[in-house]
Amino acid sequence: MIDPKTRVIAVGGSILVLLAVIELVRRRKLKEEYSVLWILTGVVLLVLSIWYGLLLKITSLIGAVLPTSTLFFFGLIFVMLMLLHFSVRVSHLERRMTALVQEIGLLSAQRNGARPGPHVEETPLEEAAEEDEAVVEQPLRR
Amino acid sequence: MPRTGPLIVIPAFNEAGRVGNVVRDVRSHLPGADVVVVDDGSADATTVEAQGAGATVLTLPVNLGYGGALQTGYKYAVREGYDVIGQIDADGQHRAEHFPGMLSELADPDVDVVIGSRFLDRDGHYQPPRARKVGIALFGRLASVLTRQRISDPTSGFQVLRAPVAQFFCSDVYPSDYPDADILIMLNRSGFSVREVPVQMRPSAGESMHGGHRSLYYVYKMLLSIFVTVLRPKAARHQ
Repeated sequence: MIDPKTRVIAVGGSILVLLAVIELVRRRKLKEEYSVLWILTGVVLLVLSIWYGLLLKITSLIGAVLPTSTLFFFGLIFVMLMLLHFSVRVSHLERRMTALVQEIGLLSAQRNGARPGPHVEETPLEEAAEEDEAVVEQPLRR
Repeated sequence: MPRTGPLIVIPAFNEAGRVGNVVRDVRSHLPGADVVVVDDGSADATTVEAQGAGATVLTLPVNLGYGGALQTGYKYAVREGYDVIGQIDADGQHRAEHFPGMLSELADPDVDVVIGSRFLDRDGHYQPPRARKVGIALFGRLASVLTRQRISDPTSGFQVLRAPVAQFFCSDVYPSDYPDADILIMLNRSGFSVREVPVQMRPSAGESMHGGHRSLYYVYKMLLSIFVTVLRPKAARHQ
């Protein structure tokens, strides 16, 4: 039916994927939110490598000839989902970056003192920030 | 606290040698106006030159693009409490002498945005390059159909608008690259009224802020943007 060697490699591989993801989350290198798709893939891989019959069933269900095609098919879908997910994240980050850059621009006008905004009085931090900048900016100006 | 005069926003990217004249041009035709230049991460002396000409300058640390720079100006206007906001390009293409006339259009309470159009005169004084002309005509036609009013110059960055419009533009609805026909359609769907007035423009001096994009991507982006704008539920104008 299936080569035991292949099965050992498949099961071992999927357990490794799962462990790696959990370890990355534990070390805070991967946020929980991003781990969802990875954990899901790891679990699916594990289930399929233990339960070969399921893989065969899915293969005949989607009309593929070889179980490997099924694996590649779902692997590709996963990769595409991941990429789409990242595109969404990048767009989101870009929006936030835009807002931050604009905020810096708005603060730059207040610092130049050309026209102090109505909310200057509310922020005593302003003075402290100004002192900080005087120190920080010097090396930049050389 | 509301301000008496209007605020004129000038987004500028590497416009040293031109932006100073634009600021002086605006100040001479609108003595009561405050001028704010948004330096969109320029590598040249744009900030210094604009300050020298008497403008307040908002310097952005990185380049956001035309829309992102303009939106910074709107945020400034809203926070400082201006009732009326004007915008003009920094490359000297627009003539500030049209501002008083455009501002007087806002005396009509039914008008929220006034756009200076190059093509309304039909005197052919302004001839854009052919590819650009096709784009302007296409998106003008599309915007006209979708807003049920004639839009002849959807790309014009020469506008005056009321504070609620600026407030509306401060949200995520505003694109950071090139606001264009899609924005006009969105304004229309959100219940703001737009009026075009004829203006004369000088031929663009070299590469303007709008000129940097590859036209094919621009057409694609604008078509997609208009398409999804129409698909979205009408955004309510919040005041």
